Amino acid sequence: MSGPDVAAEAWLVWSVVVPFLAGSLAFLAGRRLRIAAALFGLAATPICTAAAVYTTHRLGPVRYRIGGWGAPLGIDWLADGLSMLLVGTTGLVLLLAGIHAVRSIRAPSGGEQKSGTDAQPTIAYFWPLYFFLWGSLNALFLSNDAFNLYVCLELLGFSSAALMAQAGREALTAAIRYLFVSLLGSLLYLLGVALLFGAHGTLDLQALRAVASSSDLAALALMTTGLLFKTALFPLHFWLPAAHANAPAPVSAALSGLVVKASFYLLVRLWAGPFAPLPTADAAAVLGTLGAAAIVWGSVQALRQRRLKMLIAYSTVAQLGYLFLLFPLGAPHGNLEAWTGGLYYAVSHALAKSALFLCAGCVVWAAGHDRLADLKGIARPLPVTMFAFALAGVTLLGIPPSGGFVGKWNLVSAAVRGGHWAYAVIIYGGGLLAAGYVFRVLAPSLLFQKSPAGLRKVPWPMEAAALTLAIAAVLLDFLADPIFAFLAIGRPFAAVTGGLP
Amino acid sequence: MPVLDTGQLYGVTGAILFSLGLYGTLRHRHLIRKILAVNVMGTGVFLVLVATRYGRGVPGAPDPVAQAMVLTGIVVAVSATAMAIAFTLRVHATTGSAHLPDADAEEPRP
Amino acid sequence: MSERYEKTGGGRVLGAMTAAFGGLFAVGLLSAVAGLARPADDLHGAVLDRVDESGVSHPVTAVLLNFRAFDTLLEIGVVLLALFAVWSIAPPQGRIVAEGAASLPTGPVLEAFLQIFLPTLVVAAGYLLWRGAEAPGGAFQAGALLAAAGVMLLVTATPFPLAIPAALLRAAILAGFGVFGLIGAATAAAGREFLDYPPAYAKVLILTIEAAAAVSIGLALVHLFRGGLFTTRGE
Repeated sequence: MSGPDVAAEAWLVWSVVVPFLAGSLAFLAGRRLRIAAALFGLAATPICTAAAVYTTHRLGPVRYRIGGWGAPLGIDWLADGLSMLLVGTTGLVLLLAGIHAVRSIRAPSGGEQKSGTDAQPTIAYFWPLYFFLWGSLNALFLSNDAFNLYVCLELLGFSSAALMAQAGREALTAAIRYLFVSLLGSLLYLLGVALLFGAHGTLDLQALRAVASSSDLAALALMTTGLLFKTALFPLHFWLPAAHANAPAPVSAALSGLVVKASFYLLVRLWAGPFAPLPTADAAAVLGTLGAAAIVWGSVQALRQRRLKMLIAYSTVAQLGYLFLLFPLGAPHGNLEAWTGGLYYAVSHALAKSALFLCAGCVVWAAGHDRLADLKGIARPLPVTMFAFALAGVTLLGIPPSGGFVGKWNLVSAAVRGGHWAYAVIIYGGGLLAAGYVFRVLAPSLLFQKSPAGLRKVPWPMEAAALTLAIAAVLLDFLADPIFAFLAIGRPFAAVTGGLP
Repeated sequence: MPVLDTGQLYGVTGAILFSLGLYGTLRHRHLIRKILAVNVMGTGVFLVLVATRYGRGVPGAPDPVAQAMVLTGIVVAVSATAMAIAFTLRVHATTGSAHLPDADAEEPRP
Repeated sequence: MSERYEKTGGGRVLGAMTAAFGGLFAVGLLSAVAGLARPADDLHGAVLDRVDESGVSHPVTAVLLNFRAFDTLLEIGVVLLALFAVWSIAPPQGRIVAEGAASLPTGPVLEAFLQIFLPTLVVAAGYLLWRGAEAPGGAFQAGALLAAAGVMLLVTATPFPLAIPAALLRAAILAGFGVFGLIGAATAAAGREFLDYPPAYAKVLILTIEAAAAVSIGLALVHLFRGGLFTTRGE
């Protein structure tokens, strides 16, 4: 390996170290300097992320041996198209949610009124928690070691739960519920790791793929179940709506956009890696059925909600359902289109959903509440916010031009080719239901002439952050080809699509 | 002749502990009970982890990698417990109860 | 007292289902664990073969601080994160409390006990830290002893050294994660792999990391024990 490549690969290290550094500085700093540490992190982490993504684009897949030992003795990172696509998405979403947070986190819970003796939570620890969340996401996407991934999952779960709890009483019970679900999921995952490690003596995902057999089905079941808890696949979504709706808006954006995608990513990584040789057709059918049920149940619940953030949270339950269709559509006789389409959909949903939550944050900031009945005509005083909401909504509907359209197109095409007509119907039917709940918000906000009185002025960076994410979700449509090319780096799905022996 | 060897015996014990802990975690709504149950689950996993690697490289000796992983896991479990107890105390201070309410009760207030 | 599901018919069905599920799960798991194929492999051998290159002679310490050092770095991060979480939800009124508990019985016996026991704990922590290079021991064991000393100070209402200024306390709690991470960053910046210590300095670096980590873990555990009830100045 030549000198410049070592320096280029070091960007992978910086993309993990710098967010943890920023979080540590924000913890160390006093009241005055805390925001400086936050701004440093918000500037430096995306730069490192972009450089790391560019390195992958230029050098191809990188297997980075931490400590120079190499698996099975040491821990390896694997930077391929799949992991770096998610690292890049994380960088974009957390940068913009962070910009939103710089303005909105000063007051507890986005300016919502707190009543009674319910003590206002301190926000002194928001930035340390936020950057630790960022660092643990990047470390998780890069790690190729089953046990190291467990530690990353715990870091992610703890920082998510703590960030959720920053918004007061309902948020606290939702957060502790999530903490238990997260611990339960991690321990199920870890027990699976123990069985795999016990049987094969290695923790490296690629090495495990070479030796895994149908005797590892128990590990598959344990690890998959654990990650389904964390990904909130119907009917294990019970914790999600309250947790995501009660959190401060930038946190909701990170949780709904990224954190549930992290455990989904790990599922994909496992099913396309160590578990690829296993007979998983039946299990994939179960996941697909649950995904279809999630689309219907989540959408119907979203249609029934009376509060904006709850509606968006139930929409996440529904949209997560689409992601799980890739398992029956992509397995067992590998259909690459389903895998890449599913991942692409995950990215477009990450952008669109975080945009929607940031919009909701602007609305709550302005109106002090998110009751849909009292938000009629809100588009008049908040045109930018509601325009961003509409753009992001287009992606949820899956109509062109949007990232959601391309993702759904790939999934439907895979479904038709595989003869899974029912899934094709569900995918487009889910789009209709999404249209229902998006218009339930948009139509009254646009059509009513009289707008709510007594609104607070929303700082422009908050609206700009939401709008940028929504535009990015739409632009994804035009970037589809480069993204699919990037996703092919290192051929992460080769084991399930017949490209490898 | 024993039915189970040393590694299997500890492994099976770990599996029983894990199952008991899982049952307790799902069954109980009192937060302290849940915390205890999660810790029982964790102990079960650690036992399985060490047991399945017992004597695999050097006969009759535990595997240093598995030992290191369990040490890491214990520290994570301690941190999780501390965090969960702190959350429980806050829940108790604000709601007067240490039980986990129904998920529906957490919808944002008007 | 636990709240039970048996109050309603539906609850009883749910309870029975949970029990049935638990039973099935247990049977499946038991058979999976008992029936696990366990062929011999060379991972343990690889650790023993390369332990000489790690800077320490105890295999578990070599795995924790060198071969799988990244796990340990993240694990110290987990402890730190738990403390962020606990402090972040502490009630504002609880964040500045008197070092009260004045009603606790004190007396010559307690004082003499502390005078003997606390220094012993600290010395024992230092010994465990140093011994960790070649025998069971190391940062976490040492940190646990330091934490025990701190908890003893807490429950006997002896304020020192827990009332140190907030900024210093934060720095000390961060030290383990910070020193570890910065050493890793330095190796990467020097053109080596992340956390790939130069062999000549491996032992010094590992002991530095462990010493910093022991202090941080000790302090962090004491403050996790206290929950949000800590004294800070200028916060």
